[in-house]
Amino acid sequence: MTLFPLHLVDLLGQIGAYIIYLLIGVAFGMTLESAGFGNSRILAAQFYFKDMRVFKVMFSAIIVASTLIFLASSLGLMDYNLMWVPPTYLWPGIVGGLVMGVGFIVGGFCPGTSLVALATGKIDGIVFVLGVLFGIFLFGETVANFAVFWNSSYMGRFTLPELLGVSYGAVVLGIVVMALLMFWGAEKIEASTRGETAQKAPRWAVPAAGVLIALAVVNLIIGQPDNADRWKAIEAEQTVKLDDRAVYVSPAELLSVLNDVKLKPVLIDVRAERDYNQFHIEGARHLPLAEIIASAAELIDQPANTVTIVMSNDESDATQAWKMLKAESVPNVYILDGGVNNWIRTYAGEEFVRDRLIPRHGNEQLAWRFDAALGSHHPAAEPNPHAFEIEFEAKIKMELKRAPTSGGCG
Amino acid sequence: MNLSSREKPYLNPYVAGIALGIVLFLAFFITGSGLGASGGLNRMLVYLQNIVAPEHIDQVPYLLKMAGGNTNPLNSWIVYLTVGTVFGGLISGLIGRRVKLETVKGNNISNPMRWIMAFLGGALMGYGARLARGCTSGQGLSGGAGLSVGSWAFMFAVFAGAYAVAWFFRRLWD
Repeated sequence: MTLFPLHLVDLLGQIGAYIIYLLIGVAFGMTLESAGFGNSRILAAQFYFKDMRVFKVMFSAIIVASTLIFLASSLGLMDYNLMWVPPTYLWPGIVGGLVMGVGFIVGGFCPGTSLVALATGKIDGIVFVLGVLFGIFLFGETVANFAVFWNSSYMGRFTLPELLGVSYGAVVLGIVVMALLMFWGAEKIEASTRGETAQKAPRWAVPAAGVLIALAVVNLIIGQPDNADRWKAIEAEQTVKLDDRAVYVSPAELLSVLNDVKLKPVLIDVRAERDYNQFHIEGARHLPLAEIIASAAELIDQPANTVTIVMSNDESDATQAWKMLKAESVPNVYILDGGVNNWIRTYAGEEFVRDRLIPRHGNEQLAWRFDAALGSHHPAAEPNPHAFEIEFEAKIKMELKRAPTSGGCG
Repeated sequence: MNLSSREKPYLNPYVAGIALGIVLFLAFFITGSGLGASGGLNRMLVYLQNIVAPEHIDQVPYLLKMAGGNTNPLNSWIVYLTVGTVFGGLISGLIGRRVKLETVKGNNISNPMRWIMAFLGGALMGYGARLARGCTSGQGLSGGAGLSVGSWAFMFAVFAGAYAVAWFFRRLWD
């Protein structure tokens, strides 16, 4: 398992984790202030082409961070799946961005920079922060009137490489090259407008750009780990769990989980659609093996009390799905012990079990005959937990959720 | 209060940008979350609202999420990050001898005018940041580095919005 990002609360306790965030904040504030971002005139000069500092700082930061993030990921040091990527709500984001752009010109700051302006005694910064608080207050009071718009054009965790259909390495390299070209343009613009605060690129800028491009190329060549690579990295420790059957949940335990108000079970049925239509457990989602990996981001995003249980007719396909999800770092994934066949044997009643068994069914085939495609309308799809009080060995141990539930914006 | 007898110059923007990029990377690398500002301010505000009008919090779904029942809105990592940002700004300002009670503005407007515009601009920023689910730090910088489609669209919208109206407000910054 990749070591980073760390589970800070698990490692240092709540207080310790907060101290780390405080220190990261201090580093953030120091870089913003020393960049000149506590000064509204310098910030505003960006939009009159006098000092392209906002643009230079922001895009140098983005290309440096992006290159390091994906390099760390391709080297197996950090798990990109566990990193917060703001979900895309396209139109609210664009409209909010336009409003903020106007706010920037009128007020001279953005929220982050106004904090360091406040810290260094800039009265306009202090007043701006009060304005931000008022704006946030107003938003909280009015959002109910346009909640539909605010929640519209939701695309989930959606990245540029997915949009463009190219690799992460290629997008990072593209952004690095694009930003460097724009820096060159920014230098030309500043030279012609002769702003008094503008600072030229240092002499080492060209070699530094070369280093960054080289890193981005290395990143492109190594490539991001795919599902198979990710499984290989955890195979040794996870295979033990399969061999010990520590992740196989009995039908009895699953029934208790389905009736446990403290847990949020997600049932994933990977069988062929025909079998799913014949019979499936109430609430189970049909998801063929080919679509399992794509569902990982959504499963990681679920609340911390979510338990994912994968199932097939027997166990081999479900075990395959389990490996894929584990490799993608989905927490709390289990396999239905004996599969749907075993579930039906447990809950369909003596008569059904006696009369409906299909003799000589193959591995991963539905072992029971149904007269119609009943789906979840069969009584065994939703057994009454009080009618079946079967003892079981509890296998589910909830692990702490490692992926952050929020990003830079709380 | 005037500690800035000899104000030191700001860092070269590329140096500052590389430093900021490394801080952003470390934030992601260590915690999995990026940087931000508006979320912390939001929660501090809700904390105050919860003291003044707790029954109002329970009426508004947006606030309920952060402060309903016994939930303490300050019990979030982003609040600590925001407090740290203010301290960091102060430390860097003290080192650079740039801590000074002053109003920074263009030459053609008065202090009160600058303050009114700062408040209005701040209100637009605060409103827009919540609408976009993040500010320039959280959405733009952090989401941009993480290659989120929405964050890049957002970032272009911010620059577009600012450049579109810059000419009309040029008197503020001359």
